[in-house]
Amino acid sequence: MARVVVDVMPKPEILDPQGQAVANALPRLGFDGITSVRQGKHFELEVADDVDDAALAKIAETFLANPVIEDWVVTRIDA
Amino acid sequence: MRVGVITFPGTLDDVDAARAVRHADGEAVALWHADHDLKNVDAVIVPGGFSYGDYLRAGAIARFAPVMREVVEAAGKGMPVLGICNGFQVLCEAHLLPGALTRNDRLHFVCRDQWLRVENNETAWTSRYDRNAEILVPLKSGEGGYQADESTLAELEGEGRVVFRYVGGNPNGSRNEIAGITSANGRIVGLMPHPEHAIDALTGPTDDGLGIFLSLLDAVVSA
Repeated sequence: MARVVVDVMPKPEILDPQGQAVANALPRLGFDGITSVRQGKHFELEVADDVDDAALAKIAETFLANPVIEDWVVTRIDA
Repeated sequence: MRVGVITFPGTLDDVDAARAVRHADGEAVALWHADHDLKNVDAVIVPGGFSYGDYLRAGAIARFAPVMREVVEAAGKGMPVLGICNGFQVLCEAHLLPGALTRNDRLHFVCRDQWLRVENNETAWTSRYDRNAEILVPLKSGEGGYQADESTLAELEGEGRVVFRYVGGNPNGSRNEIAGITSANGRIVGLMPHPEHAIDALTGPTDDGLGIFLSLLDAVVSA
């Protein structure tokens, strides 16, 4: 078994109102100096050894992310 | 005219969609998400709600429901398909329509009666409207912001595939104020607002939405 992380982020050109709301809240909470926040998703998968990178890419591209609005990165975490 | 109305776990507006079909003298046929056949329907409506709790992304899991495999196949052969609200999101996730729906730009869930302009009256679902007619129907969505890349937007605009456009201000940050679009063949339509809630002045703001379902009747009869 291996641990695989898939990070999904809104594409840079796509408006991210959730990230903006977080960014706007920070100064109100007394945290200054944060100029931008983008909010995405982080998936942790426990993966059998025979699942190859191509299969993981397909999972990310066809299901975990919507490539119309999101970018994705698959990372294998060494045990 | 037999019109299938799909129910996923979390669908809300299947009952109103079926009622709208009956108001247009059609027969509403209940389709369950786990069904593997479409029960010989002439058209399919994917109604609004929160299929599968909107987990992952709105429509992302519904797209893989068994019944959607049948819808995609039938749509490929020209069957009329209408996606309303969550149904629009499902059709985009299923790649039956281009683009994607994202969180409203000001984060608010928008729930109000909304004016739309019918810019394309040559689809299977809009033939009863005059071109550029303005209709008032409810809009109720938190993820209604239509997004697509520039080339897709140019294609939609250039081919007249923007069917409905918001009038009187952009409620959710949709690109080009797009409220609804159609497929290249004009048989598949998706829109965020809810025509099925506006078929009868007793229960809706207007009966402006009924034209969608009457248009389908014409499309099916003439086919």
